[in-house]
Amino acid sequence: MTLYVNGIGILGAGLAGWAGSRAVLAGESPPCEAAPPEPNASVLPPNERRRSSETVRWALHVAQEAMKQAEVDAHEVASVFASSDGETGVLDRLCTALATPQRTISPTLFHHSVHNAASGYWGIATGSQQSSTVLACYDSSFCAALLEAAAYTHIEERPVLLVAYDLPPPPPLYAARPLRGGFAAALLLTRNSGPHNLTQLDIALSNDLSDEATSMDDSRLEALRSGNQAARSLPLLAAIARQCDTLVRLEYLEDQHLVIRVMPC
Amino acid sequence: MTQGLVDEQTAEDESHLAGDRRLNQAVNDVSYDPQGRRHAVPQNRHVGARRMAPLILSRYTIVSALGKGLDETYRALRSRRSGLRPCDFEDVGIATHIGRVDDVENVLVGGGSASTELEQFDCRNNRLALLGLRQDGFIQAAIKARERYGAHRVAVILGSSTSGILETEHAYCRRDPATGALPSSYLTSHRYTHNMFSSAHFVRTYLGLRGPAMVISTACSSSAKAFATAARFIEAGFCDAAVVGGVDSLCLTILYGFASLELMSSGPCRPCDENRDGLTLGESAGFALLEKSKHVGQRGAVALLGYGESCDGYHMSHPHPKGTGAIRAMQAALLRSGLTSGDIDYIHLHGTATRANDSIEDTAVHSVFGPSTPCSSTKGWTGHTLGAAGVTGAVIAAMCLTRSFIPGTVNTTRIDPSLRSRVLLENREQPVRRVLSNSFGFGGNNCSLIFGTV
Repeated sequence: MTLYVNGIGILGAGLAGWAGSRAVLAGESPPCEAAPPEPNASVLPPNERRRSSETVRWALHVAQEAMKQAEVDAHEVASVFASSDGETGVLDRLCTALATPQRTISPTLFHHSVHNAASGYWGIATGSQQSSTVLACYDSSFCAALLEAAAYTHIEERPVLLVAYDLPPPPPLYAARPLRGGFAAALLLTRNSGPHNLTQLDIALSNDLSDEATSMDDSRLEALRSGNQAARSLPLLAAIARQCDTLVRLEYLEDQHLVIRVMPC
Repeated sequence: MTQGLVDEQTAEDESHLAGDRRLNQAVNDVSYDPQGRRHAVPQNRHVGARRMAPLILSRYTIVSALGKGLDETYRALRSRRSGLRPCDFEDVGIATHIGRVDDVENVLVGGGSASTELEQFDCRNNRLALLGLRQDGFIQAAIKARERYGAHRVAVILGSSTSGILETEHAYCRRDPATGALPSSYLTSHRYTHNMFSSAHFVRTYLGLRGPAMVISTACSSSAKAFATAARFIEAGFCDAAVVGGVDSLCLTILYGFASLELMSSGPCRPCDENRDGLTLGESAGFALLEKSKHVGQRGAVALLGYGESCDGYHMSHPHPKGTGAIRAMQAALLRSGLTSGDIDYIHLHGTATRANDSIEDTAVHSVFGPSTPCSSTKGWTGHTLGAAGVTGAVIAAMCLTRSFIPGTVNTTRIDPSLRSRVLLENREQPVRRVLSNSFGFGGNNCSLIFGTV
């Protein structure tokens, strides 16, 4: 199945924005030590941004970057959001409150706890009424989302914004789910070739696991990749950054590989 | 072996699709104004390119407060016995009713030779999922599909809104007073219980399936959207069949959360009633096995004919006041199915019984279907089962088709006179050929499904 990447957003330690990260991902310049970046997510109106969680802001920050690069009207774009653990900061506050005798929780805290909070805020920020699917598949969430986005753009004949994101959970939950660094990535995908195409992707599922899944050569990037499901997108992003014909294999659960041929346009 | 794009699409399929493009231009060319007058609408919507090939629900089942499996559910609907009761969930002190499923506490996840692998999934949500799998021969049907297509060719796509969060709620009550740490037993089980993928992980492990899997979590539209994604995966050739459905179980988060939003009824909910005062929460697990008709087609089989997905783009917990997102979802489902509004015999409403939902859904339904298509809400029977509401509606729709039956609306005494759609209070016995079922969720996430017999 062939699809095209028209826009990319990326946010992680030392990887703030596609333009600034491309050379690092291509292996042309070394990754630098950097504090986790602050998402700006200016697509959100100030009052919504104040209310939104950090997770939402990370997701919307990269979504916005990919959309801007692709120069596409948000009203015409469907979305697929992928997060393994969702709003862990909100869930921590919620479960802390529910462990008190009063069990008093605020309405805002409750509706911010849903797994589709980022998707909902994207809709509010853009006014888009196109379909938005939010999914979870543990460490294969990005892979599952890429399949869903590919199927969507082919069958529904509409561009799709894929957004994968997860942040390290707050302390008590971190021990249950040690996602090591915050990461978010977005791809604007379409089935149509055109002037905005950055890269062509040919994707297929394979049961043949004899070749190893693609990892990152640089140890810092590899630590990021293996520590956060959203960063499992890094081998694909690195292949796009290198701008040469490459085969990338991503693990889809323990059972299949998503094999992606990456070709520059 | 590489499996990707469908490579067996025949020339016959191609000509079928060309015909469908023409069909799309002719469908759904009227809408209704508030006075019930028909108006032509412009044909510039683009909500999907073509009619889908029907997908057979070769097996399906449901467990809710109405009972376990299709027969108990049908008997409760037929005899108008609601499954709602005063809240007796744990020590919750909220004056409300709930749709709790009996015996979930007694289900053993694990047991037998595979016990160690399965036991780690033990939590209320997966117990409810297992109770669902065990009804109506679903496990046997899934195993048969696994044998027919191969384990890698059967997907598991489920919906849930809160997964096994109850385990985390309990763990937070047992934090180490000195360090704040959560109990060590919870730390190792978190992945298999609360993590959002847990239910699909459990179901595919239990059924020995190795195809694509995910949990869709878009609040109350989750398990309806699982049908849409599964349909796409089958059409894209990522799998040949899919176990679809959803599971959501009672927990403190939703009970205290909906109480905080003041959206919960003090008694059993009364959908579409002029005095409705909010929703009643419930729990359910439902599953369907989706397959292409060329493999399992038989006359009279229930099929997914269409799906439509949309967003409101308006507010996190309040639907768009004009119902434009809901309208878009219903129209997209009609286009996908190649049907017109007049082809739908019954609409299974989302019908949560909140003031806003029922009124705005009515506006949307009336705008697409006008004043005469029968519709009703079954939330007075089951309660609102959130992420599992979509599959609950799907299975009830399937029963309407196979048992020539339309449920009315229970607990409701007088239909809100401001509603303009044709809301049924009483049950009906009549042949039913096409049903549309609505599911709308927080975050303004909407999905409509159309089922029919083939």
